[in-house]
Amino acid sequence: MSDPILSIDALTIDLPAGADRPHAVEDVSFDLSKGEILCVVGESGSGKSMTANALMGLLPDGVTVGRGRAVFDGTDVLPLSEVRKQALRGARIGMIFQEPMTALNPLMRIGDQIAEVFAAHKLHSKSERRARALALVKEVGLPDPEKIIRAYPFQLSGGQRQRAMIAMALALEPEILIADEPTTALDVTTQAQILRLILALREKHGMAVMFITHDFGVVAEIADRVIVMRHGRIVEAGLAQQVLETPQHSYTRALLDAIPTGRVPDLQVITAAPALEIRNLNKIYRTGGGVFRPAREVRAVNDVTLTIAKGEVLGLVGESGSGKSTLGRAVVRLVTPDSGQVLVGGVDLAALDAKALRQQRHRVQMVFQDPYASLNPRHRILRSLSDGPIAKGVPKRQAHTRARELLDIVGLGADAATRFPHEFSGGQRQRIGIARALAMDPELIIADEAVSALDVSIQAQVLALLADLRRKMGLSILFITHDLRVAAQVCDRIAVMQYGRLVEVGPVREVFHAPQQPYTRELLAAVPGAGWAVAPEAVSA
Amino acid sequence: MTFWKRFATNRGAVIGLVLLAAVIAIALLAPVIYPGGPWKMVQRPFLVPFTTDGLPLGTDTLGRNVAAGLVHGARVSLLVGLVSTVMALLIGVPLGALAGFYGGYVDEGAMRFTEFFQTIPNFALAIVLVAILQPTLGSITLAIAIVSWPPVARLVRAEVMSLKRREFVDAAHLAGLSNIRILVSEVLPNAVSPIIVMASLMVATAILLESSLSFLGLGDPNIMSWGYMIGAARTVIRSAWWLSFFPGLAILLTVLALNLIGEGLNDAFNPHLTKKGRT
Repeated sequence: MSDPILSIDALTIDLPAGADRPHAVEDVSFDLSKGEILCVVGESGSGKSMTANALMGLLPDGVTVGRGRAVFDGTDVLPLSEVRKQALRGARIGMIFQEPMTALNPLMRIGDQIAEVFAAHKLHSKSERRARALALVKEVGLPDPEKIIRAYPFQLSGGQRQRAMIAMALALEPEILIADEPTTALDVTTQAQILRLILALREKHGMAVMFITHDFGVVAEIADRVIVMRHGRIVEAGLAQQVLETPQHSYTRALLDAIPTGRVPDLQVITAAPALEIRNLNKIYRTGGGVFRPAREVRAVNDVTLTIAKGEVLGLVGESGSGKSTLGRAVVRLVTPDSGQVLVGGVDLAALDAKALRQQRHRVQMVFQDPYASLNPRHRILRSLSDGPIAKGVPKRQAHTRARELLDIVGLGADAATRFPHEFSGGQRQRIGIARALAMDPELIIADEAVSALDVSIQAQVLALLADLRRKMGLSILFITHDLRVAAQVCDRIAVMQYGRLVEVGPVREVFHAPQQPYTRELLAAVPGAGWAVAPEAVSA
Repeated sequence: MTFWKRFATNRGAVIGLVLLAAVIAIALLAPVIYPGGPWKMVQRPFLVPFTTDGLPLGTDTLGRNVAAGLVHGARVSLLVGLVSTVMALLIGVPLGALAGFYGGYVDEGAMRFTEFFQTIPNFALAIVLVAILQPTLGSITLAIAIVSWPPVARLVRAEVMSLKRREFVDAAHLAGLSNIRILVSEVLPNAVSPIIVMASLMVATAILLESSLSFLGLGDPNIMSWGYMIGAARTVIRSAWWLSFFPGLAILLTVLALNLIGEGLNDAFNPHLTKKGRT
């Protein structure tokens, strides 16, 4: 590592008046050296993305750079005119974003989008641009490059789109690559591939990478140095190993402690009585098709048989498209399965007609993924919690009393009842979602990625709440997640799904330490920072 | 920021609101200002505005007070605009909501029915309806409502279709609520803001439609309206410009006010869509 190629000095970014704090980023200074990967870590709202956006001149309206300098190659880039920033962007500083679908133009072929980067900087002839686009597509490891450059973004998978984005960012061989949560929207196995690709490209081109993430697993995987941010300030900076192993600041320690460690709990004694029995469940989605064309079939759930005992937490793990969510929704009959049985307390939910189903709905309840979409914004919390029980036949007063009790139990206090959802944070809303599920006195709760949208520290709190409730109330839970570490923390048994089929079912300890199936092994190996996260267990064992 | 504060940051909307309030006040006070009604002949015809005491806007071809006509016409315009909009909402909202919520054959049926009305030009259909039903205030209002509900149905359908996929609707299904209950108490309240915005613009369109019908002589012959005044004055537009100018100005200002209010409401309901730089 040599002299810094980017050096940020006392950067302060002002938020418009009326925001929840005066500065998005306050007094931030750091250096980035050639060939170095610097991870900027923080929870949502910590200002980590704002710092990158300021460098690229992509700050939202009303947000301005207050003070500070960002010296790149001898010049301060912050006060540059829009035209000069344009010359800088792409050519010397490249950027990749979190959502590869929305960052690519849906109406342009991949090859044209890459070639457009050259066109924007008026480089090369038309045919040469095409040749270079092809070379880039090859370099980022996209399969069948000739075909890919003629494909549209919707024809690619999430991981392929992210590779295409990286190809665009690399087109002009920038000296700095800014990656803003580039793997957050991807599956673990795809994430591992993209991380390897970034490492390989850094090796080959010697560019500096500023990698923004909230995931310490990713940090352990690729970072040389780490900056931890909170409320717009740097709380800790240092070499990756140093920060991960001997964190100095209490916030860093709290963040590291909050990470689900992958430490496997002891086996619980489980009663034999089943809370849920799924027998030979099938669900096929048909799309397209017409008179002359067969419809495209996707077997979302393919002959799944699964049992959850009373008081057991079963983790259902799989990558996106594995059918785990469809299975969850089929159990609560938000999706009607094509064949098979879903037995809860002796009632086959899959076979009921609309009216009978309405009366049996209370047996299975769901905690949803998105805490912002799962509560009606126009209803007070009390109504969200008591509408269900009242429809079930519970007297109004009793339902209201119970709702207040539950709000107390999930740690929000009874006075939350009279407020509206927008007055709560994401974590608090998820607590409300749990209270709403409990209000129906269900025999089984389905938690569909219930903590995936939350920051790690909040995630840890909600998981602790679930574990606590489960101990007190003897809940049976089907816990659907893509995050193996989370699954390991709260589940008794784990079921792994791939392409709509159950690949492996077994106690957590067995699945984690002695996986039987190659796919399970692949999943476990892909967890970022696997080696680092398992270490504490080795010490304690 | 509260709703009213956001609304008030849009200066045009506030001006629109003041204008509309003035028009409503004039309409309500019409019998007090001109107790004699608009039809009474008060002076000799073709008196130029601002020349005679008590007749600020002059007199028309039959010696009637133009100002009295305007004031009483305001009642008709506003009444027709409001009532026809309410009727259009009563047809369009339920139809669109059912189509969007149930989908499938219900949606197909409702949308083909809607398209049947959309394929006929609004104004032509309104003329035919008024001609068949006899021109009375009631039939004119009905005709305007019948030609203006299809866009409402379309809008509500689209809103409901996107809202019904939200997780809180799934949660309501899981709570065992009936479909109708979910539609009425969970989905529709969240679709209210675009409906209100559209309604405010529909009132303006309805006023224009009523004026156009009256201008063509298809208005209720017993009721003084702005459109009728312009229609009656068109033969003398070169010699007595004020007879068509003042009712035209009244229509312009009222419609402008409603449009400004509609835009202001839209901004206030969707603070994220407005230009953030303005704050």
